[in-house]
Amino acid sequence: MQVNEYNMPDDRGHFGKYGGIFVAETLIPALAELNAAYEQAQKDPEFRAEFEDELEHYVGRPSPIYHAKRWSQLLGGAQIYLKREDLNHTGAHKINNCIGQALLARRMGKPRVIAETGAGQHGVATATVAARYGMDCVVYMGSEDIRRQAANVYRMKLLGAKVVPVESGSKTLKDALNEAMRDWVTNIADTFYIIGTVAGPHPYPMMVRDFQAVIGRECLGQMSALAGRQPDQVIACVGGGSNAMGIFYDYIPHTDVKLVGVEAAGHGIESGKHAASLTAGRPGVLHGNRTYLLQDANGQIIETHSISAGLDYPGVGPEHAWLKDSGRAEYVTVTDDEALAAFHDLCGYEGIIPALESSHALAYAKRLAPTLAQDRILLVNLSGRGDKDMHTVAEKSGIQF
Amino acid sequence: MSRIAAKFSALQSQNRKALIPFITAGDPEPGQTLPLMRALVAGGADIIELGVPFSDPMADGPTIQRASERALAYGVSLRIVLGMVHEFRKVDATTPVVLMGYANPVEAYGLENFARDAQAAGVDGVLIVDYPPEECAEFSRVMKAVGIDPIFLLAPTSVEARFADVAQLGSGYIYYVSLKGVTGSATIDLDEVARRIPAIRAQVGMPVGVGFGIRDAVSAARIASVADAVVIGSKIIETIEQAPAGTAPALVTAFLREVRAAMDKREQA
Ligand SMILES: Cc1ncc(COP(=O)(O)O)c(C=O)c1O
Repeated sequence: MQVNEYNMPDDRGHFGKYGGIFVAETLIPALAELNAAYEQAQKDPEFRAEFEDELEHYVGRPSPIYHAKRWSQLLGGAQIYLKREDLNHTGAHKINNCIGQALLARRMGKPRVIAETGAGQHGVATATVAARYGMDCVVYMGSEDIRRQAANVYRMKLLGAKVVPVESGSKTLKDALNEAMRDWVTNIADTFYIIGTVAGPHPYPMMVRDFQAVIGRECLGQMSALAGRQPDQVIACVGGGSNAMGIFYDYIPHTDVKLVGVEAAGHGIESGKHAASLTAGRPGVLHGNRTYLLQDANGQIIETHSISAGLDYPGVGPEHAWLKDSGRAEYVTVTDDEALAAFHDLCGYEGIIPALESSHALAYAKRLAPTLAQDRILLVNLSGRGDKDMHTVAEKSGIQF
Repeated sequence: MSRIAAKFSALQSQNRKALIPFITAGDPEPGQTLPLMRALVAGGADIIELGVPFSDPMADGPTIQRASERALAYGVSLRIVLGMVHEFRKVDATTPVVLMGYANPVEAYGLENFARDAQAAGVDGVLIVDYPPEECAEFSRVMKAVGIDPIFLLAPTSVEARFADVAQLGSGYIYYVSLKGVTGSATIDLDEVARRIPAIRAQVGMPVGVGFGIRDAVSAARIASVADAVVIGSKIIETIEQAPAGTAPALVTAFLREVRAAMDKREQA
């Protein structure tokens, strides 16, 4: 594999046999317009400078890397380093991408932005940038998720966004994405659709990856400074796959660094109640691209389960599908219970409350670290903070608020 | 000659336009699909578009989404839909049937297997909503190899460069979706349709059907004056949805007869 000359995707958005543009004809011109605008923006030093300026002064980048010494010591093996995306404004990596896409929307003269959200993190990040740039904002959210994530719904409303409940299908993230696409196709002239992860039709998987790649780019310099070398493994949770692609991307040519994506095993893969598309799914077509999907024998998309709403998605970004097949990245799974245990570890030993999504990556590091020598280094993407998960964790621990 | 081509050439010689109703297979329950298909023919349907239910119908509005959900509640799979077409063929050997759906059920079935079984069941055309021409040279080749017409969409937003792609990969007819949006939404811009159709027809060299947003005899007749075929979907699904038990086939026939009469009157005028 020529990872040294990694230049995916091709000009139609293919990562090997994955990705592409699988949408109705009505959306084709909008995607072509977006692709052209993005290509032009990417080459424009002014656009890049503005993006970087916003990341520094509004988001608070670079986010630090923190050596979790106490937890590493307790686990008795490899050293665990945490990339602190939880310290970003709005509390997760999602804002990096939202800034990029909102700047592009402004450049394209689109006064209205829409988004889908599951846990509400991407919805909050989108509502935030819409307020910041003075844009109208509509967020689609499954009615089931609205019930589960009341605090984030209120947050979005405070920021001036309209939250539209989605009642179709399983009433969760995948249905919210369908509904946002329907809005976009109807309001193409004035609307920009800010997709929250590395999924959707081309150019979204590439564009979201590019905006999130700042994570890994910073890590390269930070790890040299902190540890004098690059980590042995980079570990990130995978829902749609944006925080993982963000931290993986600049490491792809560093073939001595192992890349590990952690999927949600929910109640366990064998229970059928999970969200591990790469581990237990089959390739198919959904939401505009070809990728691994959780589907039944007839090609219907099945409902997923994870304790973390942000990982509760039956698909995965097409670049991960390619990274899996090519062997450049490895994908593993972690159950709800393992994620919860890691969540509590980080609270108790490091004074950091992680998002339940990120706790999946932490849980894999916890499983792995004791099997490795103390001079080995694991770099975990701590993609978000856990304030939003207080209710879920309290409920699980039998605590009343 | 395919059943679809034969149908269009027969209509053309009579100076009539095709009426193409759409229903979702298995809606409101699987036992009703065959009676409804026959009711469509009784009402004057020239071609039937049969929707294959999918869990994530991204390009459909609420009406067809609900139809899809009702069918899926009965576990209506692509295999079952092919069985329905097979049953229909036992009582109707001439009315072309076009399957309309999304890529994933077809890919899960396996493209070659699907082509073979669809051909055996008596399917005449297949329209995959989320297969734009650039992603489906293979699909087009496999369908054509078994004599099934791959049918493609064009939209008001399509640039002329796409007409050639569609002309090359598609056959049977072109389905022009007459508005920006999902199925069932808003009303149709008749002037825009009238302006676009002649150029499209000239470039693709195939009959052009118009759909999305046609809800009554008046708009159907106006579309028929510029296009080769009129596709009606959401309005029929709504009729089925609201029909008192057992009356859906008769109501659908009555509705189509009215549309048919308005379309044919225009042609005599
Ligand atoms: C903190 C956090 N991490 C991870 C994810 C999963 O998304 P992705 O896989 O795109 O990073 C989410 C999604 O809501 C999230 O909020």
